Amino acid sequence: MPDLDETTAHRGIARDGLGVGLATGLYGVSFGAVSVAAGLSVLQTCALSLVMFTGASQFAMVGVVAAGGPPLSGALTALMLGTRNTFYGLKLAPLLQFRGWRRPVAAHLVIDESTAMSVTRDSTATARVGFLSTGLAVFTLWNLFTLGGAIAGDRIGDPRTYGLDAAVGAAFLALLWPRLADGRNRVVAACAAAVALGLVPLTTAGVPVLAAGGVALLAGVLTRDAADPTELPGR
Amino acid sequence: MTWWWAILGAGIGCYLLKLAGLSVPARVLARPVVERIADLIPVAMLSALVAVQVFAQGTSLSVDARAAGLAAAVVALLLRAPFLVVVVVAALTAGLLRLAFPGW
Repeated sequence: MPDLDETTAHRGIARDGLGVGLATGLYGVSFGAVSVAAGLSVLQTCALSLVMFTGASQFAMVGVVAAGGPPLSGALTALMLGTRNTFYGLKLAPLLQFRGWRRPVAAHLVIDESTAMSVTRDSTATARVGFLSTGLAVFTLWNLFTLGGAIAGDRIGDPRTYGLDAAVGAAFLALLWPRLADGRNRVVAACAAAVALGLVPLTTAGVPVLAAGGVALLAGVLTRDAADPTELPGR
Repeated sequence: MTWWWAILGAGIGCYLLKLAGLSVPARVLARPVVERIADLIPVAMLSALVAVQVFAQGTSLSVDARAAGLAAAVVALLLRAPFLVVVVVAALTAGLLRLAFPGW
């Protein structure tokens, strides 16, 4: 591929990464507002976005705060949800090929969005562009918008008025969507959603999503075909 | 345990989980069953997160403005709208519905 085309392709990927960063930043406002409404301080809210930096775990922990649950179960829920980033990392490592000091730095950026934007690339160079542009854009904007949402939290009132809770569900769906092109993925997704919803009345916040991870384990062990045909199609 | 300890402990733990994924030897991934599970975990968990985020209200299930937001997101995705548009469309739909039908 000529260099010019390559540069153009890289720019396109980086632009997509920025777009995802903006969208994620939007629901960073939601996170900040929801977290302060749940009872965490502005500082605690910002610490979550800076140190934990994985949205689902953050929302899960804040959900436990809002429900008046103990800090330990909030921490466990966040950690168990965070295990999916380990699996993302497993998939990304051979593709990104980060060595030395770059690896522990890049590790902080391993999240849903950066994985989705890099795991489909066919070369290390394009995968890195997708991973870093998305990861850095999300990290910067997620933290800025978290701060904004947390500060504004008291003034804007209930974040649901603005549909910010619906935005979070839509963002998860947008990440899931390309994977639904595959039949087996659709079956697993439907089973996982059914199991999670079935457990909502029976368990505390966080457990239904963890149980859905069990569905994936079961499906992975029980199905026998060779390598998975469907990586994420291009966005 | 205070919430500060939970936030910092789980935060650092989540970072170490990310680092572990990038650092585990490649041969671990070479096993087909691990590869399949690694592919399916995000599918299952994202699907569950959508379901819980949209239909759970504490420990009960409810169909409210969030479901309309999700439906709008599906339409946007079918029209191949970019990520930002999908998210904004869902938020606008839910927000406007709540404006029209307070408490929904």
